[in-house]
Amino acid sequence: MSRPRIAVHKFASCDGCQLAFLNAGESLVTLAQRVDILHFAEAGWIDQFAEVDIAFVEGSISTEHDIERIRAVRASARYLVTLGVCATAGGLQALRNGVKESASWVADIYASPQYIECLPESRPISAHVKVDLEIWGCPVTTEQVLGATASLLNGVTPANPGEPVCVECKRRGYTCVAVTQNAPCMGPVTRTGCGALCPGVGRACYGCFGPAELPNAAAMAEHFEQSGLSRRDVARRFLFITSTAQPFADIGQRYKEQDD
Amino acid sequence: MPKHFLPHSALQSLIDVLAGQGYAVIAPQARNGSIVYEEARQADELPWGVSLNQAAGSSRTHQDGHSRCFAWANGPQALKPLVFAPSEPLWRIARTESGFAVEVDEMPKRPLAVIGVRACDLAALAIQDRHFLGGPHPDPHYGARREDMLLVAVNCTHPASTCFCASTGDGPEARSGFDLALTELDDGFIAQAGSPAGERLLAALPLQEAQSEKIEAAAAGVRRAAESQTRAIPGTNLRDALMARLDHGRWQEVGERCLACGNCTMVCPTCFCHAEVEQPGLDGSDSLHIREWDSCFGERHGYIHGKQLRPEISQRYRQWLTHKLASWHDQFGRSGCVGCGRCIAWCPVGIDITEEATALLK
Repeated sequence: MSRPRIAVHKFASCDGCQLAFLNAGESLVTLAQRVDILHFAEAGWIDQFAEVDIAFVEGSISTEHDIERIRAVRASARYLVTLGVCATAGGLQALRNGVKESASWVADIYASPQYIECLPESRPISAHVKVDLEIWGCPVTTEQVLGATASLLNGVTPANPGEPVCVECKRRGYTCVAVTQNAPCMGPVTRTGCGALCPGVGRACYGCFGPAELPNAAAMAEHFEQSGLSRRDVARRFLFITSTAQPFADIGQRYKEQDD
Repeated sequence: MPKHFLPHSALQSLIDVLAGQGYAVIAPQARNGSIVYEEARQADELPWGVSLNQAAGSSRTHQDGHSRCFAWANGPQALKPLVFAPSEPLWRIARTESGFAVEVDEMPKRPLAVIGVRACDLAALAIQDRHFLGGPHPDPHYGARREDMLLVAVNCTHPASTCFCASTGDGPEARSGFDLALTELDDGFIAQAGSPAGERLLAALPLQEAQSEKIEAAAAGVRRAAESQTRAIPGTNLRDALMARLDHGRWQEVGERCLACGNCTMVCPTCFCHAEVEQPGLDGSDSLHIREWDSCFGERHGYIHGKQLRPEISQRYRQWLTHKLASWHDQFGRSGCVGCGRCIAWCPVGIDITEEATALLK
């Protein structure tokens, strides 16, 4: 029996989610013994349109070329799994979406803007092709990625919990930063997977894993405002790393417009 | 049971005697704006001079410089995580040549002694005991941790604004379920055994005779703690009243404020819901079966084979409240609320169970 084949692709992103594989330590050796890795440019293998069982995709679709490439990746993969919020929700770079002046930014930033060809919006992979599993995170963790991989290799639907960060905070015995510091913590409406990293060091969650499974973003925003945040700052809590994900997008936009 | 006086200076002896008996000693400590229960070796690790202000959605500690170490009501957790682990492996399935084998990890061996258990938490523990150990299939993991646990209660003399144990009948005085009960005064404690283990413990401590003024002062402190509570649950059995109001408009209204974050259920000392998850090994040779705290505000709690029974937040809040205050009576013969007020203090938006129950009765 041939071994399962995997590929790890990169689109518009910081490369950080791929590190979930590279930082896996001993598990990376185990994975390499169990599967054939055909394409993983960051690690050295290049064969981008090889037929694979699982294609992991990091990054958002940001150029015309990206669109062609993601279609080819989809066509060559049995399962397509997005890694992280760029691939799943457009990422931080989606902050340019819907901003009229964004076209002029290229000329402001780059010395030779004629070489930059990008689409007006950064879009998630699912805007262009069918996605089988979306793993949220900025970045995703090794536990998430290897957990999903192990399940797929066993022929089982991966667990992909969407519960709020608060639940993980309480399981770990972290004291709530919202209740003890009045910190504008996004934990109640944000999906866990990070292991409550920020509240664990006494900081407010900033929502980098995207919306939880049943987020009451309207009540969260109202609470932030009552706790002393300006409407602009409330908007910034929601329009950040996962600015296109609903309901963060709508709530953030509403507070942003009412601030103007 | 005879009463004794244990001076503050002898608290270290209590810790040392318990440690000498093989216990890991857990005691309250001030951390990050609240009180947490962690292992302590020195009496000076306790929250001396600390006061705690709790309100709906708010908790703050202050160093007031007073001479007491139990001048606060409670923190987000006390006994629950010590007996019902937030996350623990139940078994591991491993492939063998002929099929598979089930391996169960060894149960925890080191017994815990907890100093500073409140009456509300003892009442909650009695419910948890019944849930995990009372049926024909007692839970071995919970049981192993609970079996050798030694409990030193401290009667509550400084309730928070969120407390309402007097109205549920569960506090502020610990009446049963402890090995030793203490009531704090400015210079020490009135001590009373509640079990043979507690009596043996007292015999090993440098006790003084308890003068009648001190005994009376301690009792007055607990009485004041009951009288000073400003919140109350409107009745100890709301089963029929709530079940007759499943279509009340208040559910919708609270559902709009509720974040569905599950914090109320996580800090509730009687909430026992859990989920079981499978963690398959990457090499395909084994799989770990894990039990973890779950919440009725989460997606998987109401999901039954292809259907989400409670898609709306209002339905999830109703599930929680009607289980806690209504159907709990059918299950356990009492309400599931012990009046600790944690769900009020640790709700980020300060939803108040006493206020909601009162509004629903109208």
